[in-house]
Amino acid sequence: MTAAPSIVEFREVEKRYGDGPPVLARMNLTLARGDFISLIGPSGCGKSTVLKLVSGLNPPTSGDLTVLGTSPRAARDRQAFIFQDATLLPWLTVQKNTELLMCLRGTEESERRQQAEELLALVGLDKVRAYYPRQLSGGMKMRVSIARALSLAPELLLLDEPFGALDEMSRFRLNEELLALRSRKPFTAMFVTHSVAEAVFLSNRILVMGAHPGRIVAEVAVDFGPERGPNLRAGHAFLDKVNEVTRLLHRVEAAVA
Amino acid sequence: MKRAPTWMIWLLPVASGLFFVAIWLGVKKVGGVSDWLLPTPGQILNAAVQERGRLLAAAGNTALGALAGFSLAASGGMLLALCIGISRPLRAAFYPWLLVLQMTPVIVLTPIIVLWAGPGFPGIVTITWLISFFPIVANTTQGLLSADQNHVGLFRMANASSWQELWRLRVPSAMPYYLAGLRIAATLAPIGAIFGEYMVGNASGGSGGLGFLVYVYNTQIKIPALFATALTSCLLGFIFVATVALLNWAVLHKWHDSFERSDH
Repeated sequence: MTAAPSIVEFREVEKRYGDGPPVLARMNLTLARGDFISLIGPSGCGKSTVLKLVSGLNPPTSGDLTVLGTSPRAARDRQAFIFQDATLLPWLTVQKNTELLMCLRGTEESERRQQAEELLALVGLDKVRAYYPRQLSGGMKMRVSIARALSLAPELLLLDEPFGALDEMSRFRLNEELLALRSRKPFTAMFVTHSVAEAVFLSNRILVMGAHPGRIVAEVAVDFGPERGPNLRAGHAFLDKVNEVTRLLHRVEAAVA
Repeated sequence: MKRAPTWMIWLLPVASGLFFVAIWLGVKKVGGVSDWLLPTPGQILNAAVQERGRLLAAAGNTALGALAGFSLAASGGMLLALCIGISRPLRAAFYPWLLVLQMTPVIVLTPIIVLWAGPGFPGIVTITWLISFFPIVANTTQGLLSADQNHVGLFRMANASSWQELWRLRVPSAMPYYLAGLRIAATLAPIGAIFGEYMVGNASGGSGGLGFLVYVYNTQIKIPALFATALTSCLLGFIFVATVALLNWAVLHKWHDSFERSDH
């Protein structure tokens, strides 16, 4: 099998805030095109910091970090970030929120309107285009956030616990919708989560992180293929994988304690 | 928190007002307080009717001064806040001096204002502006600096220019703060104008605002008319505040949480 070209590459990357202890230490990681990687680990292990480094929102303290063959800042045009909070602008309608990133990039009005309408239809929100964010449920807000992120057709999508605040059923539904969207508009993903089941359902690779300092302590491959539906969660293979990752997490947490 | 029923919102202030008038009349009757010291509500209303021409004209003049000062404060305050809100060096350089200006009592500055801006209308507008602009600057600056950090991250991820970040994120984020500043300024502007008229308005030969009427009625010991002037000033202030409240509603009601609707 030919190795896919790398999309993100961490080489001996370290991150400190000011004179504090390292948040991430000697981080080595390669993300190939088409990967869906989940980062999982105890609170404070630096999962979100990894995404912030990749996005260029924070620079690494030392080491080499390449994103899409260039520096994280230079690669911003080709990646998108979905935050834990939907980060919709409350004064804009759903339609205008979806158009926002295209608007900032200078996309022509008719094109961005059409693109936003198409994406909103794809996430099932075409009937609430004129609504304001406060009129939406948490799940609907997150769908708008996903539609907005996909509006730029990013090669790399960074997701920082996007479904963390949702109830279990909404989370399951959005997991499935995210995979369905990915099959239509392919992207490579780095996904931060606290939910083992979510990580197993979505990813082809799960990176288990340890804390103090943050580092990758184990990697679990998930070979369920790209077609994953609700039935997958009930299967033995899925539950075995969840147990495997959970055991690893317990080991990490015992080491931290 | 559960909202009070509509009837309660209207009825309770009326009831407490009637209660207050009853105490007023009771104090006069039991204590034998003379009319020139404390006129009855009837005498005040009577004075208001008799002096209505002068009161209305004076209220118009005061409204003009207050509106001019308020408009200057609203536009200049926003501009100043934009300057110091987007530039840390400008903020560090000028904000302390704004505080110094705010801490200096206007009454001390009045002679200087008359000297520089001149007596009459220019002096009145300057005093009104001085009293009302600080809450607008302080609130708007705070609003510009309080944009949600995740939103800022989103804009930076999209390589938004500083200009886009300002106009598409920081200014709309600051709008509720700006309007809160306007609400405070709306209560202060008529007070500033009346104070200005009292202090410098009469020096112009009598432009005839409410502050000037206070001066005149006080000299003539027309106590019920003084009370009627106070009532008119209060109504003028109410009109200012209500207008800004309407503007606040028009700008924010569709999206801001302070106008949370119960129909969804």
